[in-house]
Amino acid sequence: MPIKNRIKNALKTIFFYKSALAGIILLLLIIGFALYTVYSYPYEKAVADWRAGEKTWLDNPRYALPEWITLFTGGNPPKTIILSTTMESRNVKKIVVPVSGNMSYIRIDMRFDYNYDDYPSEINIFFNSTFEELNPKIEVEWIKPDGENITLKSIVLNKEDSYYISVDLDTKDLLGQIVKEKLGLNESPYILPERYLFSPLSEDILDPQKVVVLNGEYTLRITGYLYEKNSDIDVKLVVYGKVYGWAGTDNLRRPISIAIMWGTPIALSFGVTAAVTIGLIQMIIAAISAWFGGRVDDLIQRITEVNLILPFFPILLMISTFYKFSIWVLLLVVIALSMFGAGVKSYRALFLQLKEFPYVEAALSYGASNMRIVFRYLIPKILPLIIPGMVLSVADFVFLEAALAVLGLGDPDAPTWGKVINDALRDGALFKGYYYWVLEPASLLVLTAISFALIGFTLEKIFNPRLREM
Amino acid sequence: MSGERLLEVTGLKMYHVIRKGLFGGKFYIKAVDNVDLTLDRGEALAIIGESGSGKTTLGKTILRLYEPLDGKIIFDGRDVTHIRRGELKKYRRETGFVQQDPYGALPPFMSIRQILEEPLKIHKIGTKEERLEKVYKALEEVRLTPVEDFINKYPHMLSGGQQQRVVIARSIITDPKLVIADEPVSMLDASVRVEILRLMESIQKKYKLGIIYISHDLSTTKYFSSRINIMYAGKLVEGGPTREVIYNPIHPYTRYLINALPDPDANNRFVKRDVPPGEPPSLINPPTGCRFYPRCPLFIKGLCDVKEPGYTYVNENHWVKCWYYEENR
Repeated sequence: MPIKNRIKNALKTIFFYKSALAGIILLLLIIGFALYTVYSYPYEKAVADWRAGEKTWLDNPRYALPEWITLFTGGNPPKTIILSTTMESRNVKKIVVPVSGNMSYIRIDMRFDYNYDDYPSEINIFFNSTFEELNPKIEVEWIKPDGENITLKSIVLNKEDSYYISVDLDTKDLLGQIVKEKLGLNESPYILPERYLFSPLSEDILDPQKVVVLNGEYTLRITGYLYEKNSDIDVKLVVYGKVYGWAGTDNLRRPISIAIMWGTPIALSFGVTAAVTIGLIQMIIAAISAWFGGRVDDLIQRITEVNLILPFFPILLMISTFYKFSIWVLLLVVIALSMFGAGVKSYRALFLQLKEFPYVEAALSYGASNMRIVFRYLIPKILPLIIPGMVLSVADFVFLEAALAVLGLGDPDAPTWGKVINDALRDGALFKGYYYWVLEPASLLVLTAISFALIGFTLEKIFNPRLREM
Repeated sequence: MSGERLLEVTGLKMYHVIRKGLFGGKFYIKAVDNVDLTLDRGEALAIIGESGSGKTTLGKTILRLYEPLDGKIIFDGRDVTHIRRGELKKYRRETGFVQQDPYGALPPFMSIRQILEEPLKIHKIGTKEERLEKVYKALEEVRLTPVEDFINKYPHMLSGGQQQRVVIARSIITDPKLVIADEPVSMLDASVRVEILRLMESIQKKYKLGIIYISHDLSTTKYFSSRINIMYAGKLVEGGPTREVIYNPIHPYTRYLINALPDPDANNRFVKRDVPPGEPPSLINPPTGCRFYPRCPLFIKGLCDVKEPGYTYVNENHWVKCWYYEENR
C-alpha cells in the first residue's frame, strides 16, 4: 500500500506539470512506434531491405513524396500504377493467335484509369520473354483517352528486356517529330515523353504553364509475333507516381519508412542506454572518489580532468573513421570516453557533503564496509538527484548518434535517422528541393529530444524543491 | 573500583590535521591530548565538557572512528588501538554509538526495519527470521510499541524522540559491551530528555552495558552515570564518583561548571553568576602547562603556565589535575 501510494503521489506530481504530461504522451507515442517496429518488422529484414539495392525497389518511384503531403499542398498527385500479364486483372488482356507453322500473333492490351492532376514521374515497361533462338518482335502502342494512337517503338526482345519510355532517346525524337508535324512547327521541340503521353495534343503542350493532364482510360497495346512454338511474352507496365507510402522514397527508390521505423528503437535504445549507463558509472566513480579520498580521489580527479580537456567529439570521429563499427560498439566507445566526464566532478561535490552525514558515520561505527557505505548509504541518497540529468542527457546521445551518422561515420548497416539525413545530404536533397527527405528524420530527432527534455525539466523541478511551482 | 575492567585508555592522543592555504603547512588541532580513563563492565561514565573541548573526538577515537595518534586503548583485554579490517569489524560489533542528532543519524531512504537489520546483516548475525525477531526485540526494548506500527515506517515519519529510540535500538542490536552516547538528548525536547535517559539507564542496567555518556550538561549526568570526568580543552581535569565531584568540586573549572547550573530558586534570578573570564583556548596552539591557567582565578605564576599538572588524589576515587590544590592541600 505505501509503495502504491508513493507511486500514485509521484504520478500526481508529474501530471501537475502539463509540460511533463505532454512529454510523457510524446514519449509513449515514440516508444509505441518503436515497439511496433520491433515486433512487426524484423531487424534482419529491415537491414536486408535497406541494403538491397535498386533492383528490389524497381517498382517504386524515385524521390516520391509521402502521400500525406496532399494535406498541405492539396491536389491529387499520381500514385504508382502497375499492370502485368502475370496478374489476374480485367484490365490486362493477352491474346495469342497461331498464324502459320510455329509462328503466332500476340496482342496484349493494358488499360488503366488515370485520374490525377500531375504527370507520372517515369513510365517503364519490363519484358520477360521465353524463346530458344528466334527473338519475338513487338510494337508498343499508346492510346490516349481522346483516341489518339501513337506507335512508340518496335523492339526485338531479348529474354529480359525493358523499355524506359521516359529516357528513351528514339522515343523522344519520335514524339518531337509528331508534335512538329501536327502543330506545323519549324523544328521539333523538346518535349517530356510523360507530358506528351498524358496530355491532349494541342498548342498548350509546348507551355508548361498551360498544359493539362488528360484524365481517362489509357491503353498500352503491345502487338507482335512469336516465332517459336513455346515462345511467350510477359509484360509489366509501371507508371510511377509522385507520392509513395507514408514516408516517401529516396534516390534509390527505397521507402524511407524502413529507416524512419528502425531509427526509432535504435535511437531510443542508444540514447537511453548511453545516458543511464554513463550516469550510473559516473556516479559510482564519484562516490568512490569522494568516499575513499586521498590517493584514490587524486587519481580519479586527475583522470577526469585530463578526460575533460580532451575533445570528446573529435576523438570519437577519429575512432569511428579508423574503425567502422556497429552501433553497439560505438555505444561502448561513447561510454568509455564519457565515464570520467563532468558528472564525476559535480556528483563528487554532492558526495563530499553527504560523506559527513551522521548516518554515514553511524554506518561506519557498526562496521559497514567501504563498498557497503558507497552502494548502500551514499548512492541511494544521490540517485534521485541525478535522474533528471540522466533523462535530459538522453537527447544528447540520440543527437550524438545521429551526428555521427550524418557525417557518414555511423553504423554502416543500421538504418537510422542520421543515415537518412546523410543519404539526403550526399544526394543534395536540399539543393534539389526534396525537403521531406531531411525533414522527416530531423523532426523525429527533435520530437524525441523534446519529449525527454520536457520530462527531464519536470523531474528537475520535482527533485529540486527550489524550482518547484505551486 | 569494582567489577571487571572493560575499557582502559592510557595516554590517548588524537590530533586533527588541517592545512591552511595552498602552500601553508600542516596544523594540528589537539582535540584529545594525553587522556587516561577506565570503564568497568556495566558501568556508566559521564564525560562533561563544553563545546570544542574534544569530548566528541574522544568518544569517536575510543570507537576507532579515528585512528589514535598515540596512547593505548585496551578493550576487554585486547589492544584495539591500531587493529584493522576483521579485528576492527569484530570490535565494531562489540561497541555501539548513539549520536547527537537523531534527525541525521538515520538514513532517510531506509525503513526502520532496514535500519535495524543493517548491523545484523553486516555482522552476518542469524537467519532472516532470527534477524527480524531481534529487530522486534530491540524495538520493544526501546519501547517503540506496538512494533508493527513502526517497523515499516521511514525516519521522517517519526518524532525526534522516537528517532532517538531507533538510534538507541540500533546501537544495542548487536549486543555490544560498550556504548558511547554522544550528547544523546541535547537535540531533543526537554520533555523527552528524561524519558530517553531513563530508557538508556534501564537498558544499561539490564544488559550490564558499559556506557560512556558524553555531554555538556552536568545536570543530566545524575540519571545514570556513577562516575564523572570533566574535560577541558582536550584534557581530563577532574574525575570521580558523580556525587563526590558535584558536591565537592576541586578544580576551578569544575566549580565554574557547577555554578553555571540553572538554579530553580526564583530569588536568585538577579544574582550574577560567577563565570570564568575569557574564552576556551584554541586547540591548535593551546596554553602550556595547565590549559586552564589563562582563565583561572587561582593561577600560580611560574608553575601553572610552565608545568602540566599531574594526578592528585582527593581520596581513593576522586582525582584532580590542579597545581593550586596540589600546593595547598
